Amino acid sequence: MEHEKNFQKNDQFALTMIPGGFAKKMRTCIIFQIFRFIVINLKMLVVVSKSH
Amino acid sequence: MARLVVMGGGVSGHTAATFAKKWLGKEHEVVVVTPNSQWNWIPSNIWVGVGEMQKEDVIFPLAPVYEKAGIDYRQAKAVSIHPEGKEDDDTPFITIEYTGQNKKGQTDELTYDYLINATGPKLNFDATPGLGDGNGQMGSHTVSVCTADHAVHANEELQKIFDKAKAGERQKILVGTGHGLCTCQGAAFEYIFNIEHEAKEAGVRDMIDIKWISNESFLGDFGMGGLHMKVGGYVVSSNLFAESLFAERNVPWIIGAHVSKVEEGKVHYELLDGTTGVEEFDFAMLIPPFAGVGLKAFAKDGSDITSKIFAPNGFMKVDANYNAGSYENWKASDWPRTYQNPDYKNIFAVGIAFAPPHLISKPAQSVNGTPINPTPPRTGMPAGIIGKAVAHSVCDLIKNGENAKLHEASMAEMGAACVASAGKGVLDGTAAAMTVYPVVPDFEKYPGTGRDTTYTYGEVGLAGHWIKHILHYMFIYKAKLYPGWTLIPE
Repeated sequence: MEHEKNFQKNDQFALTMIPGGFAKKMRTCIIFQIFRFIVINLKMLVVVSKSH
Repeated sequence: MARLVVMGGGVSGHTAATFAKKWLGKEHEVVVVTPNSQWNWIPSNIWVGVGEMQKEDVIFPLAPVYEKAGIDYRQAKAVSIHPEGKEDDDTPFITIEYTGQNKKGQTDELTYDYLINATGPKLNFDATPGLGDGNGQMGSHTVSVCTADHAVHANEELQKIFDKAKAGERQKILVGTGHGLCTCQGAAFEYIFNIEHEAKEAGVRDMIDIKWISNESFLGDFGMGGLHMKVGGYVVSSNLFAESLFAERNVPWIIGAHVSKVEEGKVHYELLDGTTGVEEFDFAMLIPPFAGVGLKAFAKDGSDITSKIFAPNGFMKVDANYNAGSYENWKASDWPRTYQNPDYKNIFAVGIAFAPPHLISKPAQSVNGTPINPTPPRTGMPAGIIGKAVAHSVCDLIKNGENAKLHEASMAEMGAACVASAGKGVLDGTAAAMTVYPVVPDFEKYPGTGRDTTYTYGEVGLAGHWIKHILHYMFIYKAKLYPGWTLIPE
């Protein structure tokens, strides 16, 4: 699997997690990211309002 | 008529001065003293440092903005504070030395009724031999992205590295912190991923080894002792989040490192286990440690009271608990709420200029006794919120008298948003967007992680990248005081 090759490059890398194909695809999926954009903004607005 | 003097025109000082002037109106005077002629949206220096933005995109001249707002702008650096006035005059004042406005080198005295210290940090390059030039400026071995000019220089050097890589010469890039007591790991974190992204875009990623070096005891500490966030139904440490980002991009790391010396192409470092090492590089961006700007303070009789007003690191003492003792005794309530100096009630300190009570991260030192731990971040959103709260307090003191209730903005009760974005295109960028609430963990209120895991989270994707773009334009719009600027939150 192409996206798993970094596990073998370094002992440090072998002990963490690396995103698979689906997770990487969702990062640039426009429809999903528009939804996440709304969610993140709403969360940030709550954080801002709680901070003032 | 009362006079408020604000020393510094960065995020916190600019926020404090502009809100204070808006609330005080023409009846009272607001003066800003800053050595800079330009305002800089520092988070976007990262994009200047990789050539995705020009210097002009992240700065604008302060004079027209302050003229429009009715603020008295002095392009000068503050030199000393005299909170008790002189022998023959009780009016407190500061001394300033002009850096522009055709008065360069001239000194002046500026009286005040209220004083806000928002000077930000001194970039203490000389704390690490070879990182500075010995005269307080950045040395020639490494680059920085702390100022717009530094970022322009960083990009020029980076492009040379890309050119060599394109010519078939293998290159080594090192990014991180240049001392054991640095803060602002987030800036270096964002820069290394931008470099990695640009190297891929330039088709030279396979010819460049990129490595991270940091004083954090674990990746993802960020000077906040790390954070826990909800991901996929789990509550996970930022350590796993950060390591994953590095591993995915084939960027190995050296952590718990105090950079002890920098030479041409070489960094010497000491690790927490006491071992030492040398890392070679062709290009290195190392963040310097921060210190106070070196303001002095004098009593009425002329005696030096700097140590009474300022902590040993040069930052101003405020209403924090500076006697909290060891890590086990630290509490959220140690952190300041009003930012008022305990000895002089008409002096406040905001943003990086206030002295934190202690670290947020767990203290650490090498077996040789060298302290190696990140110092607390006080930039960005917290700096703006604190600046606004203090402006509110000063306005109430002026309008309602010295018994007016002060406004509060504890970092243990406020959140922060951090977006580390790589690339600049609308569809090909990627970002790690994080929010943390509160910045200083409160283990009494949130047993376990010290924070509210509903609002402490992080994720990678285009959405965060879009937010980073919006923040850039929105905050510059706000800082220019364009219509509706007060509606944009800090």
